Amino acid sequence: MLAAIVLRRSLMTIVTLFGVAIVVFLLLRVAPGDPIAMMISPGAGPDDVAALRARYGLDAPPLIQFWIWLHGILMGDFGTSISLRLDVLSLLAERLPATLELSGLALALGVFLGGAIAVIATLLRRSFVAGLIDAVNGLLLAVPDFVWALAFVLVLGVLIPVLPLSGRIDPALETTFVTRFYLVENLVSGRLALAGDILRHMAMPSLALALPLAAVIARILKEALAEAMQQDYVLLARVKGFSELRLVLGEALRNAVGPTLALTGVQFTFLIGGTVIVERIFSYPGIGNMAIDAVINRDLPLIQGLVLVFGLMFLVVNLVIDLAVVALNPKLRHG
Amino acid sequence: MSPPLLSIAGLRARRRDRSAQPILRDVSLTLAAGEVHGILGESGAGKSTVAKAILGLVPRGIRITDGRILLDGRNLLALDSRSLRRILGAEAALIPQDPSTALNPGRRVGAQLTDGLRLWRGLSAAAADRRALALLEEVQIREPARVMWLYPHELSGGMRQRVLIAAAFALEPKLVIADEPTTALDVTVQKQILRLIRVMQTRHRTAVLFVTHALGVAAQICDTLSLLFMGKVMEQGPAADILLAPRHAYTRALLAANPRHDRPASSPEPIPEPVIAACKAEVAAADRADAEDG
Ligand SMILES: Nc1ncnc2c1ncn2[C@@H]1O[C@H](COP(=O)(O)OP(=O)(O)O)[C@@H](O)[C@H]1O
Ligand SMILES: [Mg+2]
Repeated sequence: MLAAIVLRRSLMTIVTLFGVAIVVFLLLRVAPGDPIAMMISPGAGPDDVAALRARYGLDAPPLIQFWIWLHGILMGDFGTSISLRLDVLSLLAERLPATLELSGLALALGVFLGGAIAVIATLLRRSFVAGLIDAVNGLLLAVPDFVWALAFVLVLGVLIPVLPLSGRIDPALETTFVTRFYLVENLVSGRLALAGDILRHMAMPSLALALPLAAVIARILKEALAEAMQQDYVLLARVKGFSELRLVLGEALRNAVGPTLALTGVQFTFLIGGTVIVERIFSYPGIGNMAIDAVINRDLPLIQGLVLVFGLMFLVVNLVIDLAVVALNPKLRHG
Repeated sequence: MSPPLLSIAGLRARRRDRSAQPILRDVSLTLAAGEVHGILGESGAGKSTVAKAILGLVPRGIRITDGRILLDGRNLLALDSRSLRRILGAEAALIPQDPSTALNPGRRVGAQLTDGLRLWRGLSAAAADRRALALLEEVQIREPARVMWLYPHELSGGMRQRVLIAAAFALEPKLVIADEPTTALDVTVQKQILRLIRVMQTRHRTAVLFVTHALGVAAQICDTLSLLFMGKVMEQGPAADILLAPRHAYTRALLAANPRHDRPASSPEPIPEPVIAACKAEVAAADRADAEDG
């Protein structure tokens, strides 16, 4: 059952990515801004421009350009970045792990915080605190990730400078890494001091990304929990003498998580989109930060590669959420 | 004679809203250990409210204004919620009305049968599983070892109600409250479930408070009866006496409306309007008398 869904959705993912590739390619050809104009030196003549055009294949008709690009991708060649003069695939491979770690941590934080808020609000639903929690959550819902990022910069980076303002790791620390997954690598190899420094660098950007997700999860999960707590099986569990905490965590939560995931799925992809601006604010060396430079420089091959990677991340997140919704519901799991 | 297991005395409840309409009017009843007491009445008479009052589950729209509910001598209405939970969890159980919603759809049958045993009897997982298996066999579920691993949606309505009955008797409670346990079932399944409750009750010597709106059902299973009308007990006593020699006009009308009350399936006639009117007048007169007393 699950395998069938994975297979079907993987095929759909490939088709979708192909569609995304076409649209992006076409949009970039009609969008204003010439990548060659951005890179030529002031004294260059028309001949130099033409030579550069030819070198990056920009003199061919768009359809041919597309074919060359698509063929390259299928062969594992994403082309060469115009602004950085480096292989796009290796640029992506270098930067993607940083973004994966950041968004992974933000996802975990968002789910945990949102879940905790919803559970606490459910436990305290009859007390005066309930209104307070709702108000705080309303605030969280209204504030977007980049505003949190700026607020954190001001408060935790400048006013009370407790956290590093930018980068991924303290450059003064002498280190070598085997992989680009700094956090995972240091946690696995037990270099906790380094892992701690990396986490401190990730704290503000990941929290900024996590809070909007946490707010949406908190609200939807709270509603789902409230509905579940009304059900007869909770009443019966109450007769069994279970504590309120056990009723929420042991009886209601498992039936509330699936519907909540189904309703909050989009928000998870918003988080990935949010990395672009948040990485920029914290000079975090991920693909989001790179995407802004790529757009400023009209670096078509790099933009195209980045869009495909972002598209793939969206689709994978959606797939994982859909699978989780099925896996969490016994009625769906058994077909 | 030993004191009763359950004794409800002078229980009164009102709506919590502006109307403060009475919902239970001075309800008193006793239930001896091992006895089946029926609360019989039309929909809205307050039967479930009595059951919920015992279990500490009265909805927030209703307020208990007076009375005592003694279980083995302890006044449940005066206990803090923690002690109430402990006592009820270990000594009382509920067979609910609708088996399709009373099992957690996200938990396996076995887990739902064993959780109370582990919490209140301190059984190990293996011991609780053995006990649950024996219970499933007792309620005549085939392949109990397989059923333990199923989710509720994989069971039929009758099977679910059997599981719920097994769960209710799992901890050998002193008191089982059954709130219309057959109303949501097919007629053929109704009879089997009714018989099963009686068998389990006899074998485990459990007292059962049996809530029903169906005279035929009550006649089959109850030793003693309370007839409830608008939250007031109209007649009370041994079931045989009430069914053979009803004293109150309401009971007589109810019997007349159910000529074949030995057959739960036969649909009753409505009770004649003049009888209802007389009963309402009686309730109103009792309310006035109370108001003058208080
Ligand atoms: N949550 C509630 N809030 C206010 N009134 C209620 C609530 N639940 C039931 N009632 C009222 O209490 C009365 C008795 O209800 P109930 O005990 O459920 O009757 P029965 O079980 O005999 O059908 C009814 O008049 C009903 O309208
Ligand atoms: Mg009822």
